[in-house]
Amino acid sequence: MGYALDFGWLYGAIGMIASGAAMTIFLIVVTSVAGVTLSIFGAAAKRSRHAILRKAIAAYVEIVRNTPFLVQLFFIFFGLPRLGIRLDPVVSAMLAMTLNMTAYTTEIVGAGLDAVPKGQREAAAALGLQPWLVFVKIVLPQALKVIFPALTSQIIIMMLESAVVSQIAVRELTYEADMLQARTFRAFETYFVVTLVYLAMSIGLRRLLFAAGRRAIAGGMA
Amino acid sequence: MIEFTFWDILRNLLLAARWTILLSVVAFIGGSIAGLAILLLRISKRRWLRRAAEYYIGLFQGTPLLMQLFLLFFGLPLLGLRIEAWTAAVLGLTLCASAFLAEIWRGGVQSLPTGQWDAGSSLGLHYVAQLRLIILPQAFAITRAPTVGFLVQLIKSTALTSIIGFEELVRTSNAINNATFEPFTVYGLVALIYFVLCYPLTRYTKTLELRAARQH
Repeated sequence: MGYALDFGWLYGAIGMIASGAAMTIFLIVVTSVAGVTLSIFGAAAKRSRHAILRKAIAAYVEIVRNTPFLVQLFFIFFGLPRLGIRLDPVVSAMLAMTLNMTAYTTEIVGAGLDAVPKGQREAAAALGLQPWLVFVKIVLPQALKVIFPALTSQIIIMMLESAVVSQIAVRELTYEADMLQARTFRAFETYFVVTLVYLAMSIGLRRLLFAAGRRAIAGGMA
Repeated sequence: MIEFTFWDILRNLLLAARWTILLSVVAFIGGSIAGLAILLLRISKRRWLRRAAEYYIGLFQGTPLLMQLFLLFFGLPLLGLRIEAWTAAVLGLTLCASAFLAEIWRGGVQSLPTGQWDAGSSLGLHYVAQLRLIILPQAFAITRAPTVGFLVQLIKSTALTSIIGFEELVRTSNAINNATFEPFTVYGLVALIYFVLCYPLTRYTKTLELRAARQH
């Protein structure tokens, strides 16, 4: 074998890798907050009295869950300008990621809402709480507690999937790796290092979310 | 410049979809075979084998598939293997599928009561026969819904192989888009084709889940 691995370029590349990782983290934080918030509305709407609303949410969820994220991203970034909606890469990425995330988390949050016993709702109503207070103070905290592990997994899956937004030139971790390997001609080493960064980020994110979740649940999320 | 009608676009996309389907099928079969091997390690009696399988699964579930594809595509030539996009795509998706399927099936194996193993050994069956005749058939039956669910995920994942240059649905659609400047139509149709491939499987998963829920 005439090939020797060379990591000599790494020292000068730390800044690029760090800024790419920061962008990836920024994207996933925005997406998670927006996605989970929207999916609470989505899950509530899927259980509403209005059939049209229920059907619309169900159709959205099925369309997103049965098409690849990459195609959704291209559709938003390349396709929407045809309708006069021109978005820059970062906004497109955030929109695509949020739409994708929301479809999955709507199902997860919905499962959590269904898991809360009906008696909880009735007891809260019997205490004279307003319907929205019943939802916010009684049902939602218990639902979130049940679905916390599933939400964490979904956030990590989305972070890993965000690697493809490099394809529309969002300067996140994979994009920086593409740039680096084009400059150093050390493709394997570059992607190897960046893969390890992703691995560390997914392990770290899981630990962080579980620690935060345990504290929030122990302290009472409401 | 060549004029593309709507039907030209659709026909070319459908032709390219054959490669998406072929890649999905090959990776699913390959992933099932390799996944079975990983499963056997994962439920082995030896601690270090279980550990090794755990790390293997964690590695594939904790890194982006795109990175796995890049590492194969750029890494294997360093070992002196000439590699094409198709080889890297099949290999990458197979390895990734093996990790996910092993983890799904492990859930099935571990959900079985230990009495099943005990009953097997009391019948005088050795380990391999217990697995083959008693444990695995039940584990596969329990996990049929998530397994089909993973197939949907796998079909969608084949889209990433366009980035390393494999000529499947997405890569073809990029080329058509560059020639026609009809991104709305092209990507809309691509999404529709994926939907037609995936939705029946998703429905089948739902049916299986409902059936399983009714049995309990």
